[in-house]
Amino acid sequence: MADPAVASQPGNALAIVLVVLLAFLGATLGTRFLNLGLLQGIAFQLPELGMLALAMMLPLVSGGINLAVVATANLSGLTMAFVLHALAPSPFAIPVALAAGALVGCAIGAVNGGLIALVGISPIVATLGTMTFVEGLGIGLTHGGVISEFPAPLLLIGQGTLAGVPLDLILFGLTAAAVALVLQRTPFGRHIYLIGSNAEATRFSGVDIRHVRLGVYVLSGAICWLGGLIMMARFNSANASYGQSYLLVSILVAVLGGIHPDGGSGRVGGLLLALVLLQVISTALNLLGFSNFLTMTVWGAALIVVVLLPRLRQVIAARLSPRPGAGAGPV
Amino acid sequence: MRDLFRNFGRSHEAFLLIAVVLVGFILAVATPTFLSWRNLFNLIDSYAATGVFGAGLLLVLIAGGIDISFTATAAISQYLTASLLVARGGDWVSVFAVSAVVGAAIGTLTGLLVHTLRVSAIIVTIATLNMLYGVLIFVTNGAYIYDLPDWFTDGGSLVEIADTPDSTYSISIQAAVLAVVLAATAVILRHSSVGRQIYGLGGNAEAARRLGVNILRLHLLVYGYMGLLAGIAGVIEAQLAHSVAPAALIGTELDVLAVVLLGGASLAGGVGGVFGTILGLALLAELQNGLVLLGISSYWSRLLVGSVIIVSSGAAVLGRRAQAARARTDKVPARG
Repeated sequence: MADPAVASQPGNALAIVLVVLLAFLGATLGTRFLNLGLLQGIAFQLPELGMLALAMMLPLVSGGINLAVVATANLSGLTMAFVLHALAPSPFAIPVALAAGALVGCAIGAVNGGLIALVGISPIVATLGTMTFVEGLGIGLTHGGVISEFPAPLLLIGQGTLAGVPLDLILFGLTAAAVALVLQRTPFGRHIYLIGSNAEATRFSGVDIRHVRLGVYVLSGAICWLGGLIMMARFNSANASYGQSYLLVSILVAVLGGIHPDGGSGRVGGLLLALVLLQVISTALNLLGFSNFLTMTVWGAALIVVVLLPRLRQVIAARLSPRPGAGAGPV
Repeated sequence: MRDLFRNFGRSHEAFLLIAVVLVGFILAVATPTFLSWRNLFNLIDSYAATGVFGAGLLLVLIAGGIDISFTATAAISQYLTASLLVARGGDWVSVFAVSAVVGAAIGTLTGLLVHTLRVSAIIVTIATLNMLYGVLIFVTNGAYIYDLPDWFTDGGSLVEIADTPDSTYSISIQAAVLAVVLAATAVILRHSSVGRQIYGLGGNAEAARRLGVNILRLHLLVYGYMGLLAGIAGVIEAQLAHSVAPAALIGTELDVLAVVLLGGASLAGGVGGVFGTILGLALLAELQNGLVLLGISSYWSRLLVGSVIIVSSGAAVLGRRAQAARARTDKVPARG
């Protein structure tokens, strides 16, 4: 069955933009742009933001939002850092630290899910509260300081490669694949889409939407933990307020990648495309000698363009074709 | 009259007022400095910009929208105004006028984007926040402006009052602007047809449209007003800081949102008022000030703010649910 919606999915427009941009940059900048070192640079930067964008995507698809992604990643990171230092020489330090970080990420997710699904607070307000609370907890416990110097095996995640591919990119790829699998191939994933498009109807069709919402935020918290892991491994330090600019950018990436901000649609593939596009833009602007801040402007503009395109198409289509039923008189 | 009191007794504002008075009482007893005029006026000065932003955001929220790009609007208006001031000179009137006009222009454009794109306003304003802030830093290279004229940096106090010979406080330009802005916002919301339309739009957009409300005009108005106030907040912030830093305001947008939500506004639109926003601001200022005065490390300030947001929004939801349940039982005729 031909799906007319496919043609209007922003993912396709995005792919075209990306190919054109790559061709243009390849032609004008040549090997300055298309070389292995640069691609590896992109590959190292991408997973950090990508993980947070994945954590943002699940709540967005369910019709919610998670403003606490960066704060959760940071508190998970701080927890792991604390455990690593407390158990320093022990061989169990790393596994215990990982478990503790995962626990913190999931716990914050459960609190988010509880406030949203059980208490009934709107997702923006609830996660605005937990974001502030969780960041505040980190700042209070560390007095705003950093915990740094981690054992070598952990740092490998942020700096090591496997057959030339950065390990954090592999970790991100696996996570993205898992999220895609959950969304596309499981009943839980189908329910997330259903809730995002019409929560009431889903509830009446016998789905316990509270469980699904709770699951979405716990999963989101778990992905934040992985994001926190990558961040601490890359910086060799953890802090309560790292990467705050990622919060709004992670929403930007998700929406740019075709995840509808009101929920119900969007795929991991679109998100990946948007991530690559943003990294290419940022790298190209850097090469051309523009400041990083211009990148923010271009990213913002890209988001406006992507949401403007379907709207333009709508308006043009409405102008060109006579309204169905027009001429038949008022009904 | 009794109904009025009964409604107030159940309202969000009443709970907030009790909380503000209670926290104020505890702080007044526990610390000698809290209830001094000097401390209170200092508090007003440092929270004035947040209050001015909050008044604008309140209007946007009541109309059913949201704006988080106002800090970038303020930063741009502030920077342009300060640059002009340094290059050409000026006076209070011109400073406020330029900044307010620039802010209102950016705000109106934001409103136009929100209206035409038909995407949730938070997405649009995330995009504009990034664009505006990026342009500002790109053009200015992040350079501070320090060489503001003396009349501007020294002219913050309008009326100087001596509390005791060694402690003076003053009614500052910040306090005066905050008072004027809050009063104006209250008048717009409570005593104008535009205000009623804003509540109507936020309460039920479709009904408002069918009643012939010009939604484009309202969108331009509320986002333009938000921008106007952002420009004004930029000026009083620069006066307080004695300098202009392009990045100083960015990142505070969610704090302002927290204040307005704490004050009883809702992201669903249609509810909220200036009195609630004042109380929300007062409670937050009291709590953060209290931490410092009680000698608890200010590192715990954010945790406190987060707790307040969670508790107050949870209480508001549970309160509404209880009210709805009461309304249901009232309707059902008693049996037997």
